[in-house]
Amino acid sequence: MTDSNVLDNADRRDFLGKATAAVGAAGVAAACWPFISSMNPSTDTLEKATTEVDLSTIPEGQMQTVAWGGKPVFVVHRTPAQIAAMKDSQGGHDPQVDAERAKDPQWLVVVGVCTHMGCIPSKNEDGWLCPCHGSVYDNSGRILHGPAPKNLAVPPVKFVSAEKIIIGEA
Amino acid sequence: MVSRVLGWIDQRFPLTPFIKHELTDYPTPRNLSYWWNFGFLAGFVLVLQIATGIFLAMYYKPDVNLAFDSVQHIMRDINYGWLLRYIHSTGASAFFVVIYVHMARTLYYASYHKPRELMWWTGQVLMLLIMATAFMGYLLPWGQMSYWGAQVITNLFGVTPFIGDKVVLWLRGDFAVGDATLTRFFALHYLFPFLICAVVVIHLVALHTVKSSNPSGISLADKDNIPFHPYFTIKDFFGLGLYLIIFCTFVFFVPGTFIEAANNIPANPLVTPPHIAPEWYFLPFYAILRAIPDMLGGVVAMALSVLIFAILPFADRTSIPGGAHYRPVYRAMFYLFIVDVLVLGYVGSQPPTGFVVPLGQVSTFIYFATFFLLPFISKWEERWMRARGLPPELMALFEKRPPRAKWPRKGEAK
Repeated sequence: MTDSNVLDNADRRDFLGKATAAVGAAGVAAACWPFISSMNPSTDTLEKATTEVDLSTIPEGQMQTVAWGGKPVFVVHRTPAQIAAMKDSQGGHDPQVDAERAKDPQWLVVVGVCTHMGCIPSKNEDGWLCPCHGSVYDNSGRILHGPAPKNLAVPPVKFVSAEKIIIGEA
Repeated sequence: MVSRVLGWIDQRFPLTPFIKHELTDYPTPRNLSYWWNFGFLAGFVLVLQIATGIFLAMYYKPDVNLAFDSVQHIMRDINYGWLLRYIHSTGASAFFVVIYVHMARTLYYASYHKPRELMWWTGQVLMLLIMATAFMGYLLPWGQMSYWGAQVITNLFGVTPFIGDKVVLWLRGDFAVGDATLTRFFALHYLFPFLICAVVVIHLVALHTVKSSNPSGISLADKDNIPFHPYFTIKDFFGLGLYLIIFCTFVFFVPGTFIEAANNIPANPLVTPPHIAPEWYFLPFYAILRAIPDMLGGVVAMALSVLIFAILPFADRTSIPGGAHYRPVYRAMFYLFIVDVLVLGYVGSQPPTGFVVPLGQVSTFIYFATFFLLPFISKWEERWMRARGLPPELMALFEKRPPRAKWPRKGEAK
C-alpha cells in the first residue's frame, strides 16, 4: 500500500510503459487485419467455388472438361471395361484404390492439372499423357510413370441426381 | 545480442546517433500545447491514405467503363473493401482538417517568421500537392460529381492567354473529360503521395534544423527544452487517440458525410447535376473564383488566394514574437480572417443567387485586404504596443537583444 504512494516507482513505471506498448502493438496488429484480409478472394470470387455439371450430355467413354474455380476439371464417363481394369490396379508410384477416387465408378471426376508442373494432360484411350514432361496417368487419374509425384487431385463432388453433380461441394 | 547487432550496424550506418539526435535527445520546447500535435497527425493521415490507397488500387480499375463498378465491387465484394474505401474517402477530408488546423496554428503564433520561412514555404508546397492529389482522386470513382468537378476545374485552365484551349485539351487528352483523363489522373494520384513524402522529408529536415516554434514565440533557453522522446511521443500518441476516436466515428457511423449523394450516380457526360459544389475543403477558394465577375480575374484570384500565404514572412513586419499570443491587433485580424474563410466556405456551398453574391464579394475583399494591410498594420501595432509598454517577458527578451530602439519605452521621457 505504501508502495503505490511512492512517487516515481521505477518498477511501476516500467510495467505501465510496457503494458501501454503491448496494448498499442495489439491495436496495430488488429488494424492490419482488414488490409491482409482484403487480399483474400472476394465474395464474388468465392461464389464461383462450385460448378454444376449436366451428366446427360456426356456419352459413355467420353470426357468433358469443365471450369471449376478457374481450373479445368475432367468429368469422365467410364466404360465397364475401364472400370474393371481400374478395380484390379493400384496405380503407379502413388498407389490408391479406385473406389476412393470415384464414388460412383461410372463417373471419374479429377482436377485436370498435372501434379508435376501444372500443365493440362491430354486424354487418350488408356488415361492421360501430359504434353509437358511426359507424365502418364491411368483411367483413374493415378500416376503410372513420369516425373509427376502424385495422382491427379480429386475435388469434392456431390451427386445431386442421376444427371447432375456439383463440383466443390462435398 | 541486441547491442552487438546495433554495434555492427552503427559501424556501417549511423542508426543509434540518428535516433539519439532526432528523437531521444531532440530538444523540444516544454511549453508546446496540443496545437503542436497536428504536424504529427498530418504525417499519420498521409501514411494511412497511402496504405489504404495502395490496397484500393489492387481492385480499382481506371477505365470509364469499369471505374464506377469497380468501386461498387470494392464496397460490396472485397473483404473489408468498404472499410478501406471509407477510411480513404474520410481520410481525404481529415487530411484537410488536420493541415488547415496546422496552418491556422502557424498563423496564430506567426510561426512563419525568421528562421522558419522555409518551413512555411515547404508546407505551402505540401498543401498544393495535397490539393492536387485530392482533386485527382475525386475523379476516380467516376460518379456525377467526380466527372463534373473535373470538367469544371480543367476548364479553368482555358483562361491561359493565347493557348487556353490547347492547354485544356492537353490536360484532358480528349475533347471532354474521358478515358484518357481518368487514366492519367489515376497514374498521377498514385504518384503524388510519394512526392508528398519527399517534401515531408524536406519539411522535417528544415524543422530539425530550426527546431519547433512554441507558444511564446521566443527561442527558449536550453533548460526549457525537453527530449522529444518520451515526452512528445506520448503526447502525440495521446492526441492520435483523440483524433482516431473522432475519425473512426465518421468512418464507422456516418461514412457518407463526405461523399456527395450525386456521386453515387455513374458519370454522365450529357447531364450536369443541378447544383455542383466542390468538396468542402475547396469551398472558400471556389467562392473566391465565383466572386470575381471576370473569368480570367476569377481564376487569378483563386490561384492567388492559395499562393498569397507565402508572402506572410515578409508581410508581417513586426519584431514582436509570438504572433497573436502577444499582439492584440494581429489576434483580431486572425479571428477576422478565420470567420471570413468560414463565410467564404458557406458562400461556396450555396448557389450564386441573391445576397450570396455580394456576401462573397465582400468576403473576398476582406480575405485579400487582410494580407495587403498586414505590412502596415503590423508596423503600426508594434509602435502602439511599445508606446503602451511591452509585457515583462518580452521586455526581458528585448533588453537581452535590443532591437532598433526607435520608440520610447514605458516610463522613459518622450
